[in-house]
Amino acid sequence: MSAALDVQRIRKDFPILSRTVRDGRDLVYLDSAATSQKPTAVLDAERHYYETSNAAVHRGAHQLAEEATDAYESARAAIAGFVSARSQDIVFTKNATEGLNLAAYAFSNGTAKSQWGAHIDPRFVLGPGDTVVVTEMEHHANLIPWQELCAKTGATLRWIGVDDDGRLRAEDFDIIDSTTKVVSVVHQSNILGTINPVREVMDRAREMGAVGIVDACQSIPHMSVDITSLGADLVAWSGHKMLGPTGIGLLWGTAEILDSMPPFLTGGSMIETVHMETSTFAPPPQRFEAGVPMVAQAVGLAAAVRYLEDVGMDSIAQHEHDLTGYMLEQLQALPGVRIIGPQENVSRGSAVSFVVEGVHPHDVGQLLDDRGVAVRVGHHCAWPTCRRFNVPATTRLSTYLYNDTSDIDAAIEGIKSAQKFFGVS
Amino acid sequence: MSSNVESLYQEIILDHYKHPRGKGALEGAAGESYQVNPTCGDEVTVGVRVDDTGHVHVGYEGQGCSISQASASVMSELLDGASVSDMARAERAFVDLMHSKGSAEPDEEVLGDGVAFVGVAKYPARIKCALLPWMALQDARYKAGIEIDKSEG
Repeated sequence: MSAALDVQRIRKDFPILSRTVRDGRDLVYLDSAATSQKPTAVLDAERHYYETSNAAVHRGAHQLAEEATDAYESARAAIAGFVSARSQDIVFTKNATEGLNLAAYAFSNGTAKSQWGAHIDPRFVLGPGDTVVVTEMEHHANLIPWQELCAKTGATLRWIGVDDDGRLRAEDFDIIDSTTKVVSVVHQSNILGTINPVREVMDRAREMGAVGIVDACQSIPHMSVDITSLGADLVAWSGHKMLGPTGIGLLWGTAEILDSMPPFLTGGSMIETVHMETSTFAPPPQRFEAGVPMVAQAVGLAAAVRYLEDVGMDSIAQHEHDLTGYMLEQLQALPGVRIIGPQENVSRGSAVSFVVEGVHPHDVGQLLDDRGVAVRVGHHCAWPTCRRFNVPATTRLSTYLYNDTSDIDAAIEGIKSAQKFFGVS
Repeated sequence: MSSNVESLYQEIILDHYKHPRGKGALEGAAGESYQVNPTCGDEVTVGVRVDDTGHVHVGYEGQGCSISQASASVMSELLDGASVSDMARAERAFVDLMHSKGSAEPDEEVLGDGVAFVGVAKYPARIKCALLPWMALQDARYKAGIEIDKSEG
């Protein structure tokens, strides 16, 4: 059993939540799917690192360098533990977008090098006749790198469609076939809120010999995830959506796949030996961490992970599930409001998108902002998903552990007042 | 509702949004431009030509938020039938207004209902919405080869 969250106590750990906006309005933050707020513990951890141990990691013969390296590698271990992974299988990236690009570039770099005689694992060599499979609900970060990979290699991009309720069309899963080299799928949609059956998709990818990749940006911050149970070869997510600092993301991979992958960014720290003509590369994860890394951010993210573990991921998931149910209920009760995404609170996360008949999302967001309610409006970097639902944009409410029903009530009141202002209610 | 947001959504703007003037593609446009605001998906297509008497004709189509669509309506009402030099003057005045941070006192002679957009300049995220049709006009005018004299206005 998970314990109920003491939201009022949690909110005290987030200094920004007590500020006011727009002429003295209390801030109601419902945009955590874009980025989460940070507890004092995270800010303190970063500051403490800079005040006591700052140095370049993995080099230098002095005590500070040792301490910095220890802080960085301990952070990796803490984050690995959070998703039940091994430390050496976690790569630090700038953000999830970089993690997904790192994966996509393994294929394009592999393909390019193989043409000049380099020995490359054939899984990373693509050409005409090969296919790459994504879904119609991907964030642009998990779509455009694959479009680019196809443009560079002559492979073909295919996608699993989305039904009217915002679920993947299971009948499309068989487009993953023997021609498929990569399958990259979002775990939880940032726009629809749908939680996808990624295990089923990854199993199919494995069966067909394709490399399976999961974008877990919206799932890992909100639920307990045992990363190996997803059945993927690679999983990317970001730190800033899980109470961590900006500028840090994660890419997990199986030891086997990381070991076979050509590098993405090259330079210092990622090498084994260097000669004027050629070089050899360090084993993972260092092979994928060129240059001086984001140590303070790693330390901050480890503090975020400890904070989440102290609160309890199962409690957070239950709390957000309850809030999602409340949001769906309240929005469904509003005339002229249509939810874009699953209507039922089943296999569904806490990002809820909707359109208000007669009021453009940008105007809904503006009028909510005037009441201190911060939401996201637009296409949420998932433009093709908007097209699928014939809407130019949506308004999205998204929650986290520091929200409660009073935040949802404030948003609902704001939507009603926007309808009144635009004369549509 | 705050005074800032009231000045953003002035009656004139809401009226243009709900009752757009002159909406529709321009037949025989000499230049046309499709512009989109990639952060929110607002879209507008503006067509322009100059007739034998030196008058400008402007048409537009689009979809999006109240600010972008009202801006297109105001622009077409103001410029359809105007002289090239009036168009140039209005274009400059509107861009200046959007960069004024809300402190300008716009000239109704030059901008017509466009003066109502002064409050938009206080909201950085909405300036792009208001400018969208004007950017489309600029591009369409360029494609049509309509020269404007920089020294005028």
